Amino acid sequence: MPVDMELEAVLRPPIIPMPPYPPKVITLANGKKLVVRQAAREDVPTILKGVYPCLFIERDYYDIVSARLYGELLAWYRYRVKSEYCLIGQIDGYLVGAVNGRLENEKVGMSYHTLAIDRGLRIGSHLFAAKMEYHMEIMGQEEVLIVAESPIGFRRWMIEYPLEKTNIPHELGGGDSYRLTQDIYNLAKPRLVVGDRPVPQELLDKAMDEIIIVDDDIIHEKIAGLKGR
Amino acid sequence: MRDVAIIGVGMIPFGRRDEDTLMDMLAYASLKALDDAGLGDKTVDAVYVANMGAALLQHQTAIASSLVDRLSLIPAAAEAIENGPASGASAVKNGLLAVASGYYDYVMVVGGEKMREVTGWRATDFVATMTHPLAEYVYGITLPGMAGMFTRLYMEKYGVTREQLISVAIKNQEMGALNPYSHVEMAITKEGIYDSPHSVVNNPPVADPLHLYDACPVSDGAAAVILCPLEMAKKFSKPPVLIAGFGQATDTQTLQEREDPTDLKAVTLAAQKAFDMAKLKPGDIHVAELHDAFTILEIAESEHVGFFKKGEGGKAAISGKTRLGGQIPINVSGGLKARGHPVGATGVAQVVEIVFQLRHELNKERQVKNAKNGLTVNFGGFGNNVLAFVLRRVEQ
Repeated sequence: MPVDMELEAVLRPPIIPMPPYPPKVITLANGKKLVVRQAAREDVPTILKGVYPCLFIERDYYDIVSARLYGELLAWYRYRVKSEYCLIGQIDGYLVGAVNGRLENEKVGMSYHTLAIDRGLRIGSHLFAAKMEYHMEIMGQEEVLIVAESPIGFRRWMIEYPLEKTNIPHELGGGDSYRLTQDIYNLAKPRLVVGDRPVPQELLDKAMDEIIIVDDDIIHEKIAGLKGR
Repeated sequence: MRDVAIIGVGMIPFGRRDEDTLMDMLAYASLKALDDAGLGDKTVDAVYVANMGAALLQHQTAIASSLVDRLSLIPAAAEAIENGPASGASAVKNGLLAVASGYYDYVMVVGGEKMREVTGWRATDFVATMTHPLAEYVYGITLPGMAGMFTRLYMEKYGVTREQLISVAIKNQEMGALNPYSHVEMAITKEGIYDSPHSVVNNPPVADPLHLYDACPVSDGAAAVILCPLEMAKKFSKPPVLIAGFGQATDTQTLQEREDPTDLKAVTLAAQKAFDMAKLKPGDIHVAELHDAFTILEIAESEHVGFFKKGEGGKAAISGKTRLGGQIPINVSGGLKARGHPVGATGVAQVVEIVFQLRHELNKERQVKNAKNGLTVNFGGFGNNVLAFVLRRVEQ
C-alpha cells in the first residue's frame, strides 16, 4: 500500500525518547534461566506468532489479554501508538512471556499487558516487575497507571504491591486504573523485583539470535493445562 | 472377620479440571477402578464416597446417592463419608469393615474433591473450617498458618532446618514430574527456590517459616478402590493387595490443648495399631505414602510412624534415605506436595499408589524394587484424626 508521508506525519503519534532497557537474567524455580530483554519493533511479527494461539484460550482471560496485546503490538509495529515498548522473556531462546506498556508523558507511564506463555514459574510476576523497573528506575518516571483484566493479575499487582486505586478510567473501558508510585515501588522492590546484570554472554547471544516460538499445541497445553481422563 | 483385599484401583490425573464437575470426576475414577477389577457380571454391593466440601463448594449434598444412580449401581448401598482431609482413609476403613464383617462382598470406595471451582481464598477458608470454631477459626487461622507455627516449634525443638524442608519439596516435585496423575509436573531446584536471591519471588513466604514450595497445591481430582474378601480376590486377574492392618486415632481438636503441640500422638497411635494388626514393624515397610500437605509433615510423620527417631527425619530426608532407592522411599508418587491434595480423594489416592507399587506395575523410574509391604498415613484436621493402613502384596 503506498504511504503518503504527509498523512503519516499526521497519523503517527509523537514519540517520547526512551532509554533502552538493560537485559537481565533471572533464575526460575526449576533452575532455568529467564532472559528479560527489550524487543525491537521488527521482532513484533515473530512475537505475534506466540500471542496468536492464546487468542482462543478462555481460561484465566488469556483470550482478552492476548487480543489486546496483539492489537497493541501491531499498533506499535505500524506506528499507530505513542511511545510503546515491549519486553520479552526467553528461556533458551524460546519466548515464554511478553509485557508491554507506553509513556503517557515523561512523568507518567501506562502498563499495557502481561502475557505468560509458560505457567507455574512466576514468569508473569517477573516480567511485570521488569516493566515497573523500566518505568520507575530506568526511565525515572513518577508513576505508572495499571489495570487488570484477570483475577490473577489483580492479585499479583493490586494486592501484592499493593497499588493505589485511582478514579482514572481504563483506556479500554474496563475497571478503573490503579497507580504504582515511586514510594510503593521502593517498598515492594526487595521482594518483587529481581534479576542479575549483565546477562552472561552465551545466554544473551542465544536470546538475541532468535525468538523461538513453540507449536500452538504446546502453548495451548502450557496455558490451558488440560488434564486427561 | 474376613481378610480384605483390593482388587481394583483407579484415579484420574489431579490438577485444575475446569471441564469436569465433582460428579464427573467421581464417576471417571470409579469406572477406572471397576474396569481394573474386572468384576464382569458381578456388581458392587456398597459404595462409600469420601468428600469434605461438596456442600460448601459445589452446593451439593447426598453425593453418594447421586453417584450410584449415575453409575447404574442401584440398588447398591451408598454413603458419603466426611472426616476432613482424612475422609478418603475413613471411607476406605468403612469399606474394609463392611467387607470384613461379612455383610458385603464387593465394595467400592471413591474419594473426590473439586476445590479449584472457587478462589484460593475461599478454598483456604473452606479447609480452615475444620479448625476449632471458637478457639481457632474465629481468629482467622488457616491451615498454612497452623503448619507454619507447628514448623517453627518443630525447628526449635528438633533442629529441623529450611534446607531439610526444601529437600522434601525437591524430592517430591521430582517424583511428581514422573507421575502422570500428578497435579504439579515440574521438578524444582534448590537454586531456584532457595539459594538464588531470585527465590524471594519464586518461593515467597506463605506462613513463616513455610514458603510456597513447602505447601501442596489446591487440586481437583478423584481416586477409587474396589474391595472384596481375600478368598474371592484370588479369582481375579490382577494380583490382590491385602489390607493387612489399619489404625485410627484422635487427638484434641486445638493445638494449644495438646501437652506438646509437636507430638503427633494420633499419628503414632494409628500407625502402631496398623502395624500391630499386620504383625509388622516400621522396618518391614518398603514404601510409604505420608500426608505431606506441608513439607514439615512428611518429616514429622516419618518420625512418628517409627521410620526414624524424633529429630532424625529431616536429616534422613536431606541425606536421601527417603528417596526412591533409599532406606524407606516416601511419597514416590510426589505426595500431596506434587501429586496434589483434592482433600476427599487424598486418602484413597495414597492407597491406589501403594497398590500400584505392590503390584509392581510402575515403570522403573517410580517402582520401588520388590516392594511387598506399604504404609499410608492420612492426616485429618491438624493431626486430630489420623488413619493408617498397612498393605501387603499377596503372592499368587
